[in-house]
Amino acid sequence: MLSVSNLEKSFHLHQQNNAHIPVLSGAQFDVAAGECVALTGPSGCGKSSLMRMIYGNYRADSGSIRISGTDVVTATPREVMALRRGTIGYVSQFLRVLPRVPTLRVVAEPYILAGGNEAEAEEIARELLLRLRIPKTLWQLSPLTFSGGEQQRVNIVRGFVHPYPVLLLDEPTASLDAANRDSVLDLIVEAKQRGAAVIGIFHDAIVRDAVADREIDVSLFGGN
Amino acid sequence: MTDILRVNGLSKSYGNQIGCADVCFDVYPGEVLGIVGESGSGKTTLLRCLAGHLEADSGSVEFVLRDGVRRDTLTMDEAERRQLGRTDWAFVHQNPRDGLRMAISAGGNIGERLMAIGDRHYGNIRATATSWLERVEIDPARIDDRPSTFSGGMQQRLQIARNLVTAPRLVFMDEPTGGLDVSVQARLLDLLRGLVAELGIAVIIVTHDLAVVRMLADRMMVMRRGQVVESGLADQVLDDPSHEYTQLLVSSALQV
Repeated sequence: MLSVSNLEKSFHLHQQNNAHIPVLSGAQFDVAAGECVALTGPSGCGKSSLMRMIYGNYRADSGSIRISGTDVVTATPREVMALRRGTIGYVSQFLRVLPRVPTLRVVAEPYILAGGNEAEAEEIARELLLRLRIPKTLWQLSPLTFSGGEQQRVNIVRGFVHPYPVLLLDEPTASLDAANRDSVLDLIVEAKQRGAAVIGIFHDAIVRDAVADREIDVSLFGGN
Repeated sequence: MTDILRVNGLSKSYGNQIGCADVCFDVYPGEVLGIVGESGSGKTTLLRCLAGHLEADSGSVEFVLRDGVRRDTLTMDEAERRQLGRTDWAFVHQNPRDGLRMAISAGGNIGERLMAIGDRHYGNIRATATSWLERVEIDPARIDDRPSTFSGGMQQRLQIARNLVTAPRLVFMDEPTGGLDVSVQARLLDLLRGLVAELGIAVIIVTHDLAVVRMLADRMMVMRRGQVVESGLADQVLDDPSHEYTQLLVSSALQV
């Protein structure tokens, strides 16, 4: 489903004494449909950067990231946009949305962008909001006014509202209580069962053991 | 899907001052392209050359008309280009006073563009104007009031209604949120995003506000001294800028 080969990345910071910071070199792995792979390694080893490269949010210097026939590294912006609409879902650590847009619309949007109809989108969104215990009274409010844990759950709903074949999860359970953590675990397991390739960063060992089929130590691809 | 606008080698100088130099890009229907840069970077010059408000020195601006015919708008005659400006194109100015007629009513401002494309039925025009006032969240009871009695945010929303009422296929925007309070900005951005998605219009938006680009644009171009120094997916350019100047712009933006 997803194939990373010889991936290299470094940052060149012109404004900071021309610093050259290697991030990854020679990153290489595959993820099959229905499989969940956990990225591991100490903080700062490049896990989130690798995930951002798969999403096309960071550029890679060289190598390839193949997802259903497209190489994200060399893809045009429009090809990446198309992948994001229907193929790759990404739950980042922080929710970034327009102020004043109601939660229900925020979470239904990815389904509509993927080509689904509005009524269906809202129905699936409602169901997921309930599963992740976002009280109904909040659905018409902007999630930017919510607590950290609620915002994270809104972000998770956004990532699961459309059945993306590839899912990228950056610390999806970091600030959740046990009940919500279990609900997220269920969602991940269901995604695997429908054949999604899942790549996750899970600092919580309980979560990792519950969903990951194998681990990839990103520090082995250390740039330095 | 193919492009609706294709720009090649567009250049404009003022004497020996460069306005914009050798700009090339294309836009598809339903896409929002953000153009950023500091004042004097050439972004407004570029926008005005694209829209035909300023004569370019060289290059081409090909626009695909409704019937599929591709035309270089730089070589069109003035009457034809003006017709385009009333129908398929729209231009939203930073200052709503530049895009509205302050001496006629809000309804008249919206109706004028409809009449320019041949609408003559008073009842229809008024009904359309009313529905557009609602869409941009202006109380329809204000239809007969002049825009000079409106707040800045309302004037800007009225300017957007006036521009979008004729269902243009390409909209140019010059700092549309520039003079507005932050609370009004968010509402306007949400409105714009909804309209762009619903109507499938292509938008070229010039701004110095990187947050506006992040929220609205699919792709972006960064300009400095008249040149495009970096372009790509909006979030990629903002989160992983590669050009020295883009890194400076992004790292200088205040975080809230």
